Formats: sequence, C-alpha cells, structure tokens
Amino acid sequence: MGFLLSEEQQALRATARKFVQAELPIAHLRALRDSNDPVGFSRPIWKKMAALGLVGVAIPSEWGGQGLGYAECGLLVEECGHTLAPVPWLSTVALGANALLAGTESQRREVVPAIAAGEKIVALAFSGSVKANRRDGKFVLSGAMEFVFDGHAADLVIVIADVEEVGPTLFCVEPNTAGFARRRVALVDSRPVAHLQFEAVSVSAAAMLGEPGGGPRILETVLDCSRALLSAEMLGSIDEVFIRTVTYLKDRKQFGVPIGSFQALKHRAAQLFCEIELCRSIVLDALRALDDKRENAALLVSAAKARASDVFVQMVNEAVQMHGGIGVTDELDIGLFLKRAKVAATMLGSASFHRDRFARLSGY
Amino acid sequence: MADQETFRREIAGWLEQYCPATMRSPYRGEEEWVWGGKQATFWCDDARLWLQRMVARGLVAPAWPREFGGAGFSAEHASILDEEMKRLGCREPVRSLGLWMLGPVLLKFGSDEQKRAHLPPIARGEIRWCQGYSEPGAGSDLASLQTRAVLDGSEYVVNGQKVWTSYADKADWMFCLVRTDPHAAKHAGISFLLIDMATPGVTTRPIKLISGRSPFCETFFSDVRVPAQNLVGKSGDGWTIAKSLLEHERALMSRARDQNADEEGQLDDLARQYVGVSDGRILDAVLRDRITQINMDLLCNRLTMKRSAETVAAGWGSGPESSMFKYYGTELGKRRRELMVEIAGFRGLGWEDAEFSQRELSLTRNWLRSRASSIEGGTSEIQLNIIAKRVLGLPD
Repeated sequence: MGFLLSEEQQALRATARKFVQAELPIAHLRALRDSNDPVGFSRPIWKKMAALGLVGVAIPSEWGGQGLGYAECGLLVEECGHTLAPVPWLSTVALGANALLAGTESQRREVVPAIAAGEKIVALAFSGSVKANRRDGKFVLSGAMEFVFDGHAADLVIVIADVEEVGPTLFCVEPNTAGFARRRVALVDSRPVAHLQFEAVSVSAAAMLGEPGGGPRILETVLDCSRALLSAEMLGSIDEVFIRTVTYLKDRKQFGVPIGSFQALKHRAAQLFCEIELCRSIVLDALRALDDKRENAALLVSAAKARASDVFVQMVNEAVQMHGGIGVTDELDIGLFLKRAKVAATMLGSASFHRDRFARLSGY
Repeated sequence: MADQETFRREIAGWLEQYCPATMRSPYRGEEEWVWGGKQATFWCDDARLWLQRMVARGLVAPAWPREFGGAGFSAEHASILDEEMKRLGCREPVRSLGLWMLGPVLLKFGSDEQKRAHLPPIARGEIRWCQGYSEPGAGSDLASLQTRAVLDGSEYVVNGQKVWTSYADKADWMFCLVRTDPHAAKHAGISFLLIDMATPGVTTRPIKLISGRSPFCETFFSDVRVPAQNLVGKSGDGWTIAKSLLEHERALMSRARDQNADEEGQLDDLARQYVGVSDGRILDAVLRDRITQINMDLLCNRLTMKRSAETVAAGWGSGPESSMFKYYGTELGKRRRELMVEIAGFRGLGWEDAEFSQRELSLTRNWLRSRASSIEGGTSEIQLNIIAKRVLGLPD
C-alpha cells in the first residue's frame, strides 16, 4: 500500500474531521476537566461516533465493524489528536477489541459487536503484577494493576495475570466481581487512567482469553497496533500545534513586524516542519505495515512511536516558547497539548524504550 | 495496464540479460562512478560495456525523444525502467549533470539547434557538463554574480571568475550564469550561456579540500569568445532558467534514495567490528542508542522521499519541498559520518598510512568530505529560509 489516500480514505477522513470538530472540540476536554467529571469522557458522544461507523473502523465486518485497516483507523485518531478528543478508542478499540479478537468465538460475539456499537467500554490492564491461582476449576486473581487507560469506567476489564507453570495469561473480569476495586488517578493531561485492585477475584475458566500462557504473544500484537494508532493521534496533535504556532508567528507583531520574519524563529519553524514530515512518513508506514502484515512491522512501529514521542515533545516546547507569555497561560490551548505530549510520550513505551527495541529487532 | 505489465516484463528481461553482474553490485566508493565525457575513465570493462549497451537502446535518457538520443518513453514507461533498475540493483550507466540538469532545461527553453547539438552527446555519455553558478562574491547570494558577457558582433565576450565548479577540470562544457546587462535589476540582468571549456581564455584550477580531494575548481574567463547562439532563451532569462534547473535536483534526490538505503545498517556493522558485541548486542548502550537515532532518521528520511515521489507521480503537487531533503539529508549525513569516525576511534582518523585499510582511510576522508554537503548547492540556512518562505509562508 502506498502513502496516498484513496477516495474512500479521503471521505472517511472528512467524516471523522467533521464529527470531531463539531462534537469533540478542545472545549469539550476543558469542560470535562473544569467540571471534575468523574468519567473523563462522554458515553453519549462515543455512541454517536459509533453510529457513524467511526468506532468500528478497523473491526472486522462480521463483528459489527467496517472491516477497514489500521491506515483508515489512523485517519480517525489523527483527527482526534487535533482536538485532544478524550474518547476511549485506545482502551476499548485498539487494546480491548483487538485482544478480544484473539479469544473464542463466543468471547468475540459477546463483546466485540457491542464495542463497535459504542455500547461497551473495555480496558486492558498490563502494567503491574497479578497472580492467578487455580482453585476448583476456577482462577483466583490477586494483585494490582496501575495506570490502566479508562480502567475506572470499563464495562469489562482484561488483565494479564501470571498462572503457575504456564505463565502470563489474559483473563476477562467483570467489574462487579467480588474483590475487584478500582479508582481513577488524575494525570496532568486530564485524560482518565485508573489503578485496579484484585483481592481474590474469582473468575471461571471460560474467562480465559487465548491460550494458557498465551498472554505475551497476544499482548505484543495488540500493543503494536495500539502504539501505531497512538502515534497517529500524536501526529494529529503535532500538526495542530504546528499550524497554531505558525499562524501566531505571522500574526504576532513586535518591533513593528511579525515575529515570524525573524530568522531565529523562522529557522526553528522550518526545522520543525522537517521533523513533522519525517514523523508523518514513519507513522503512515507503520500503520500500513500492520495492514500488510509486513515482517518488519514491529520495527516500524517502534520507530513511529519513538519519533512521534520525541517530535510531539519538541513541538510543544517550541510552541510554548514561541508564543511567549501567553504560551504559559491556562487560557491558551497550547498548554493542554504540552500536558498531553508528555503523557502520550510516556504511554505504551517511551522513546528510549522503543529505540532499544528497534535496536534489538535490528539485531544489535 | 496490461501494456505496462508487458513492458515491465520486457524491460526487466533485457536488464537481466544485458546488465553485467558487476554493474548490479552496490558502489564501493566514488572511484567506481562513471562520468562519461571526452576524458571518460571506466574503472572496469563492464562499466564501459554497460554504458554502451544502455546508449544503444537510448536508455540513458529514456524519456527524451528518439531524435535527441533518447528512447522516447512515456513518463510511465521511464519510471517503470527506473523501478526495474532499482529492483534489480542495476547501477546508473553514467552520472551526468547534462542528463539530470541541463537536458530538461534545454528541452524546455532551448532552440531546436541547441537541442540537436547538445542533447544526443549527453544521451551517449560523450560530453561531460559542469555548472558555472557560484562566484567568489556570489555564494548564498547567487544573484549578485558579476561574471560579464558583452555582445560583440555575433559573439559574447566573457570575463570573470566562477568558483566551486564541480569537476570543471574534467568537464567538456559548462552551463553558466553570466551578467549580460549590468544596468538591469539584480535578477533581470542574468543570462544562461553554454561555454565550450576548450575555448581560449578558459582556465581551471582545482581547489584542494580538507579531505585531500579536489572535486571543485575555480574557473577563470579571460576574453572568452562564445558564439551568441549558445545563449539559452533570451538575454535576461537566466534567473528563470536557473531556478527551473534547480527543480531538476529532485531527480538527483530520488537517485540518492538507493544510497540512502545502503547506509541503513552500516553504523551497527561498524560498531560490531570496532566496539564489540555481547549477547548479540552492541556493548556500549549509549552508543547503541545514538546509532539507533541515526538509523531511524535514515529510515524516516527514505520513507519521506518515497512519499514525496508518490505525491509527485500522482500529480498532487511537489510534496514536501526539495529543500527539506537537501537540508535534512545533508545534516543527517554529517551526523552519521561524525559518528562513524567516533565508533572507529583512532582507526577512523588515519591519514595516508599503510597501517590503515582502505575502508578506514575512507572513513576519515568521507567525514571531512561530508562537512561541505551542508554548504554546497545552497547552505542549510538558505534551505531553511526557503522552507520558511515557500512552504510555511512566513514573512520576509
């Protein structure tokens, strides 16, 4: 697959853009933040998005989705990045639905169509330590998971737990199960994450997702798809901050001229432009590599996440500096992007984690 | 489409049959480049044979009309040839400023007479051209050039000096920017003139660089008489033509792609050799990270060139500007060369001593050579100015 968008892809992007701009402007995130909304995202808007087919873009059509690829899904989340839209696509679709698709027929049927319809929110918990002990044909989960995306609001939690002798295995946990507790943790970007507590949470053998000991293998694939998509979201945010900053350089006057006429700023803007174009290429290629099932997809995904993380942080830091005093006010949206940049750069592996992984996958 | 697939099969078959095996191996160094011209040298017989075979089919300039020595291919067929050559790893039969830069300009601005006289020898690799742009007082500010051409009957009399003329001492002809009207506005008084380097009054002097090599020359003109029919376009059109010519640097950029792909992975090979490996990993974790940064940048740069080429081919505009590739590619190349020398330690800093292998000695020289890359052909700062103005629309 090449880089150019087909007519269908352009139409999808236009639909996504229109929806995101209308329903999920930055004011939406601000409103949730300022009202201390306990959920941190809007279920009604998520359902509306689903009704337009935007939630299930990359979910296979037999499970209620559009059956398109990551390239298409990337177009949607890129638009979300433009407005810092707090929607649970990463937790529910990229991580959740993808993990569930590795499950049994009935596990898929039960949850995936409901995800595509915008009815179910799913979280995947993978950082922390949970043990699963066999007891009377069931599994008893004990331990804790932290910084789980949308974990406080999920209708279903998938957790990776260590099973004696067979190793890490995925389990589906209903949040109303006895012994399960959760609490939202506030992060600087106002987007929701949660800590999860498992105190002798008993689940049936049918709650196991994938093979016993098959957790890491499923997780590896699911994480890579999510990393590529998160990179696309970051790309959208990067573009937005760049556009706003270049506009400011043209509008803002000092010494009687637009500050964008000063070479000290011009050159930095031009350098950012180059960094962003390179970032765009690797993000688009990583998404396409996943769709094409290329052998080096994991390598490209790590390159994409590393670059998007670095460029996003560089872009927001430059944006704040170039905006001057107004850049550090809460009133200006740039600060929201600054906060998001640092969180997104930390999510799903930092730039240095991915550089190390890239090196390992390259054989050095 | 069926026609294109047939064409692709035919051309691939021809390349597989007639491209010698040595011409399908990666370049080992600049010594293996073939430049053609009257003083042409070939580093091996296969190189000569490959050029001859390509010339015979007009494939050196595939998209040029047959009457001018080309193959008369459509743009689609020419790009299929290009793709198949890349796929099969075929080397370019000849490197040529005439082919890449002057040819397209003559096809657009040249008279019929000029096309007939100059294009076929370029397509045959028989005439080597050099570019006379920079002057001692006109570097980044190219349009301030002072080399004068005064019309005297049916001839121009040229006086002045060019500098940084690549391989002027080995070139047969020069396409040159001269000032024909000293009273006109800065950009309007410039013309584009073709000068036979064998004309009395033309002298060249190689400039020795820090790398010890001399790819550039100073070129002096002292009452050089040039037939007036060697003026391309009209008097005063020079700046327009020069800008058009610079656009063809994109062709050069896309050619750089192969080389770029070859470069990915070289740093880690070098580190394995000079720094060492433990458990399959380069020993020094900090170095490993720095290598990865550059390898990732090379990868992203290559993908961006590919994306840009697709955008151009689809007629969706020029994509990210060529200035970006010039700026980013050369700065990246400098960082890469710097790190290569660092990885090899003292063995990457040898100078004309049998203690060192050829590869080690070229590490030193290529590092030094790379310092010029962000200066020649428009400095990095000029490229950033162009991006800021043309792409971002920032005010002067």
